[in-house]
Amino acid sequence: MQSEPIAREIEIAKKGSVFHSDATQKLLAFASLIVMFIVFSLASPNFARFNNIVGILLSTAVNGILAVGVSFVIVTGGIDLSIGTVMTLSAVMAGVVITFWRLPIFLGLLAGVATGGLCGFVNGTTIAKMKIPPFISTLGMMMISKGLSLVISGTKPIYFIDTPAFRKIAMGTVFGIPYAVLIFFCSAIVANLILTRTVLGRYTFALGSNEEAARLSGINVDRWKIGVYTLGGMFSGLAGLIMASRLNSAQPALGQGYELEAIAAVVIGGTSLSGGEGSILGTVIGAFIMSVLTNGLRILSIPQEWQTVVIGVIVILAVYMDIIRRQRR
Amino acid sequence: MSDVLVLMKGIEKTFPGVHALKNCDFQLRAGEVHALVGENGAGKSTLMKVLTGVYTKDAGHILYKGQEVEIPNPKAAQDLGIAIIHQELHLMPHLTVAQNIFIGREPRKGARFVLDEKQINKDAQDLLDMMHLDLDPKARVADLTVAKQQMVEIVRALSFNSEVLIMDEPTSMLTGTEIDELFRIIRELRSRGVGIVHISHRMEELKQISDRVTVMRDGRYIATVDTHAVTIDKIISMMVGQEIYETARSLPLETNKVVLEVKSLSRAGVLKDISFQLHRGEILSFAGLVGAGRTEVARSIFGADPFDSGQILVHGNEVQIRTPNDAVKYGIGYLSEDRRRYGVMPTMDVETNIVAAALDKFLGSFGWVNKASSRFAAEAQVNDLRIRTPSLEQRVRYLSGGNQQKVVMAKWLVRDCDILICDEPTRGIDVGAKSEIYKLLNDLAGSGKAIIMISSELPEILRMSHRIIVMCEGQITGELTAAEATQERILQYATRRESIARN
Ligand SMILES: Nc1ncnc2c1ncn2[C@@H]1O[C@H](COP(=O)(O)OP(=O)(O)OP(=O)(O)O)[C@@H](O)[C@H]1O
Ligand SMILES: [Mg+2]
Repeated sequence: MQSEPIAREIEIAKKGSVFHSDATQKLLAFASLIVMFIVFSLASPNFARFNNIVGILLSTAVNGILAVGVSFVIVTGGIDLSIGTVMTLSAVMAGVVITFWRLPIFLGLLAGVATGGLCGFVNGTTIAKMKIPPFISTLGMMMISKGLSLVISGTKPIYFIDTPAFRKIAMGTVFGIPYAVLIFFCSAIVANLILTRTVLGRYTFALGSNEEAARLSGINVDRWKIGVYTLGGMFSGLAGLIMASRLNSAQPALGQGYELEAIAAVVIGGTSLSGGEGSILGTVIGAFIMSVLTNGLRILSIPQEWQTVVIGVIVILAVYMDIIRRQRR
Repeated sequence: MSDVLVLMKGIEKTFPGVHALKNCDFQLRAGEVHALVGENGAGKSTLMKVLTGVYTKDAGHILYKGQEVEIPNPKAAQDLGIAIIHQELHLMPHLTVAQNIFIGREPRKGARFVLDEKQINKDAQDLLDMMHLDLDPKARVADLTVAKQQMVEIVRALSFNSEVLIMDEPTSMLTGTEIDELFRIIRELRSRGVGIVHISHRMEELKQISDRVTVMRDGRYIATVDTHAVTIDKIISMMVGQEIYETARSLPLETNKVVLEVKSLSRAGVLKDISFQLHRGEILSFAGLVGAGRTEVARSIFGADPFDSGQILVHGNEVQIRTPNDAVKYGIGYLSEDRRRYGVMPTMDVETNIVAAALDKFLGSFGWVNKASSRFAAEAQVNDLRIRTPSLEQRVRYLSGGNQQKVVMAKWLVRDCDILICDEPTRGIDVGAKSEIYKLLNDLAGSGKAIIMISSELPEILRMSHRIIVMCEGQITGELTAAEATQERILQYATRRESIARN
């Protein structure tokens, strides 16, 4: 059958289109990132300065880590709206341990990540065991963690003035590059390995692709789902630490709105909200597109309000391209 | 040879509103192929789902190799060595063939949680080679045809090296050579002592492959018999409870008024120069192997797939059909081959599904749906097609596979199209309902509708059609009248590739 002309043509046409569609979105996203970079560099001499580039990298770090974490959840076909405020709660908990209790810094870091993980675990449990839709459970968690941050901190920022080393975590530099940026890249690499090489990653895709099939294959669906949300929460915790270190304080009122920016980055990166596909590289590119755009528009003195409008348009365009790409398949 | 592997006794299972299994028994020996038959909704799938931990039984006992066992979840069944291929495809479309085959038990390396992707692909390739299947382990399942996807399911189930293998209508989406291949594998497994349960509505398969047959009716166990000791007719009468169905014959064609004409329809790499005419009152069959392009022709005419060149004429006028909505406007209906994916809205009730395509017929003033008349229409279809459902409010996802298919059929019948394209209309449908559907198609043709029937079952094609078009690899390779057609001639055209190569 293979030797027949039409059959072969069909095979080739299929393979061609698959390659085409899978590679394009990432190429397209990457190309638009480059184009944006060039356009902004031409438009303003300040854009391509080393300091500004570092600024872009630094501002991508927090949103990027959040986005990388929530990518896992989105690949399962779920959503996590609580990542922004869980990030804040984690920062507050780090503040409590380090500033209030005067315990060693590393315990504070541990507390931050653990807080994020715990919130994720609760999310996962309500979703998997109590069958509450992810949108609702995580919306609840968003409010809970926001409220807890305010209660625990007494609505006031917690400063890390007595522990100068804490600020080094994000803001220390090698060759002028802040640690925060390196931490972001490292966590993206780790996340990519988890998603593509480990059992957890495989089941993340399986859940998003066909949860019932995964269940019938003997996979303990509930347990892995809880695992995915916990992992996502831990990334939020890490983002909270970077944030706190950058600001040298835990700001309990901050955080809401970050979840939507992170989700936007994931979507721009070509991960489908209906689950089953996505990549960390795409998410990283998506996060960069958002911060390059914000930064570039600011340098061109475009008012903040308009920046938001532009990003909104970009999100819609990105998803639309994804849909067109799928139809052609 | 005759050691009993599985013994199920007095199994009870009730779903809300449905008593699906009533005191059901079943016995499977090592090294036998055991056919499980019964009408749509008889409880075959449910019984096997109880055995494989998908459903938990309300009462009864399961003995595995003489030991009483509890099977609370699919994993437990796998661990015991019981594998199942479900009636509905259960694959992860975004993952590759190899990843699907080994999902849930991936080879690991180094640390316990790191996948060994190389090993997965290699093991999958070995399995595929062993079964002489021409599939790329790295291909994404979403990009495969339904038949190939079915093969992936089969390979997956076989790869467990289980002692019990249950196949719920594995052949319903396969044709000729693929079925032969499957049967070859089944025979080999049998000789190795595997106990195999084979559920099928294709009666001729029973004699071909099975050693014993268990018949179920209305959730009850009826009897188990040695296959060689009974006739097919006897089995059918046990299934349906005494009534014997007569096979319908097509009526002579009265007019030759052309209602649909297709001129040199082409689509690069898929279809080449497809031309044919369809007459009023005619049943025109498309025969060919899976992948011959029959479904693609139908989808192009229906506006579900684009085509590169060619014309479509309805009642002599050229029409532009770009979307299914256009097609419906011109009176064309399409019963999709993959009904569960494209045909039903599983979370909606039976009535809504049946009237969905013809909702405008049931609109009263201000655009309200006229509940009484839609209910009446739905009820009529449920009765005509003998759709087994506790009520019109039942969600379609809870119907048995065959009954879901009847719901789709009903949907297009309510719509009342002039031209009806039926892609594998009897796939997965029991003998009784099959002859109902044949009768229905005949009646429709008799009342002046034109019907295109795509089928992979040659007996059905020979019995039903006025004319037969045979396709092979995207081209029409032959056309036969009912009088000329024989199984051999159709197969000859269906595999006639040399002639294409020369063109
Ligand atoms: N999850 C469920 N909820 C409610 N009813 C169900 C469910 N699963 C099956 N049923 C009902 O149980 C009965 C038996 O269904 P089952 O799927 O076992 O039939 P079957 O013999 O496999 O038929 P087919 O040949 O059509 O596949 C049907 O009436 C069906 O509607
Ligand atoms: Mg069934």
